[in-house]
Amino acid sequence: MLRFAINRLIAMVLILWAVSFVAFAIIQLPPGDYLTTYVATLSANGDRVDPAAIDALRRQYGFGEPYIVQYWKWITGILLRGDFGQSFEWKAQVTDLIWGRLGNSILVEGLAVILTWLVALPIGIYSAVRKYSLGDYLATVGGFIGLAIPNFFFALILMYLSFVWFGANIGGLFSPEFENARWSLPRIWDFVSHAWAPILVLSLSGTAELIRILRANLLDELKKPYVTTARAKGLSEFRTIIKYPVRVALNPLVSTLGWLLPALVSSSVIVSVVLNLPTAGPMLLRSLTSQDMYLAGAIILLLGVLTVIGTLVSDLLLAWLDPRIRYGGK
Amino acid sequence: MTKPLLSVNDMAIVFTSPDEPDIEAVRQVDLTLTPGKTLALVGESGCGKSVTARAVLRLLDKNADISRGEILYDAAQDGPVDIARLDPDGLAMRSIRGAQISMIFQEPMTSLSPVHTIGNQIDEVIMLHERMSQKQARERTIALLDQVGVPGARDRANAYPFELSGGLRQRAMIAMALACTPKLLIADEPTTALDVTTQAQILDLLRQLQDDFGMAILFITHDLGVVAEVADEVAVMYLGDVVEQGDVYEVFRAPQHPYTQALMNSVPRLQRKAERQRLSPIKGTVPSPKDRPEGCAFTSRCPHAFAPCPNIRPERTEVGAGHIARCHLLTQANVEEPA
Repeated sequence: MLRFAINRLIAMVLILWAVSFVAFAIIQLPPGDYLTTYVATLSANGDRVDPAAIDALRRQYGFGEPYIVQYWKWITGILLRGDFGQSFEWKAQVTDLIWGRLGNSILVEGLAVILTWLVALPIGIYSAVRKYSLGDYLATVGGFIGLAIPNFFFALILMYLSFVWFGANIGGLFSPEFENARWSLPRIWDFVSHAWAPILVLSLSGTAELIRILRANLLDELKKPYVTTARAKGLSEFRTIIKYPVRVALNPLVSTLGWLLPALVSSSVIVSVVLNLPTAGPMLLRSLTSQDMYLAGAIILLLGVLTVIGTLVSDLLLAWLDPRIRYGGK
Repeated sequence: MTKPLLSVNDMAIVFTSPDEPDIEAVRQVDLTLTPGKTLALVGESGCGKSVTARAVLRLLDKNADISRGEILYDAAQDGPVDIARLDPDGLAMRSIRGAQISMIFQEPMTSLSPVHTIGNQIDEVIMLHERMSQKQARERTIALLDQVGVPGARDRANAYPFELSGGLRQRAMIAMALACTPKLLIADEPTTALDVTTQAQILDLLRQLQDDFGMAILFITHDLGVVAEVADEVAVMYLGDVVEQGDVYEVFRAPQHPYTQALMNSVPRLQRKAERQRLSPIKGTVPSPKDRPEGCAFTSRCPHAFAPCPNIRPERTEVGAGHIARCHLLTQANVEEPA
């Protein structure tokens, strides 16, 4: 197990290096740079731009230099000083900008993931064990509806209904007075009263998908002879199912857990825009359209890091769950 | 004759399906098991022998139902219990399973959980039925593994099934089945998935364990060679009916039912080329239970079939001490004798 983990860690470092290289290349890909966009906006507003000032800025940011040099400056800044560079648009340090956003993202999406599993696990098990029962059909219909409704659309419906019925506006994560306050009981309460809607929206399709996958996996496992063996021992039906087939059916799901981490940040862009959530998704979108390269680069790099860490975590989890993987067995 | 441990009387098992008419996979099974003896249940694939075995533990699928008959289990403590009337998931049935009647399955590869150590899987059954701590249970597990001939039992208890060979897995399976010293062991084709040498070792082991533990064994197989090796008694099944049961020497020496006779004739013998004779296979194929005649199931393939066979089910006829067969030829003879 230890050797397995060490091997994976070494591979992880190499992959991260490659990710950073590619991430930086991607944010450089669009023609022009932030200053081009900036000048274009200013000219469109009828302002005159002093070419000398632009040139000075260009030199200051190192835009004229070759790719490798720019990359080197960027990556050494991150590694040695934890400095992700400047956001041109926000006129602030990238580090100061993203942590709060990332924190919100992880909090909201993390809660959504927990809700997804809490709801999907029992329903999935139930609908596999009681195949073709009324409950199974209800779960199936509900599941397909959940899969079919786009999240942002569900968010719109929810906003509409809560406004019509309760007169409440469910956008955002905090009331204005709590926006920048420290965590306290009233702030937690404020968060809960705002966050239930995005959490519900974000967990909808995940729950539906998880129910379907778990049901299919479990139906395969329930027919396996080892389940009969467990019953023949005299175990109760509940213990039999939880200890053996469910355990095996979870393996493929655990291997997808790792993808959740990057999804935490990037999947909910549209929902976040619709519900006006201060999360990282909309920020990434905005920074990409305005060519705010260091901000975009930082977010993309973090997404890469999260993906790699997530994969590592699910590999380790899977190895812990399934001995056949741990020992590289057949 | 000692008191039977388990007797199955006139049991029928029906499978229901939403799309097809019901299928009576097992129509008429009578079996008697005696402590310390091995009864081999023989028959072709699909004749209902595995279903019969599972019915004894009430491990049938949800679409199967014991529609008739009784399974009397006499554990001598509180009188006989009719297993056929118990709730399959109820406490009474579960306390019999694994503790008093246990089972070995055909596929040692897939019958053990791939993600739990064999020690864990054996400990579980011990802790379930007997008041033991994890530690005591593990000691017993190791002793059991040692007893069934798993070398290095202490280490192997921590092994996962995929790390063991087929023979060792089947030994682990046997250790699991014997963990609570059951009174009856059901072995459902335990050697079919193994190669011949391993098969012989497992059979030896089962025989030796029977001497040590004194349990009855219900041994399901389609291999008459295996029957001759392990069985004290044999019951022959054809298409859901037990057609003949008796002492293994008696039945092999003088089979009474035409199906048993035909089976005996279809066993190849090792002979010199000059003395070889063509095997005489049973003509025709097994009909589906849907096309089974109302009377004797073997009618369509029986060389001796006559008037009553297709319509009237033959009665149990005792043809020797404890040797019973169901065939109209036998009753006909009995009727004619006094005349």
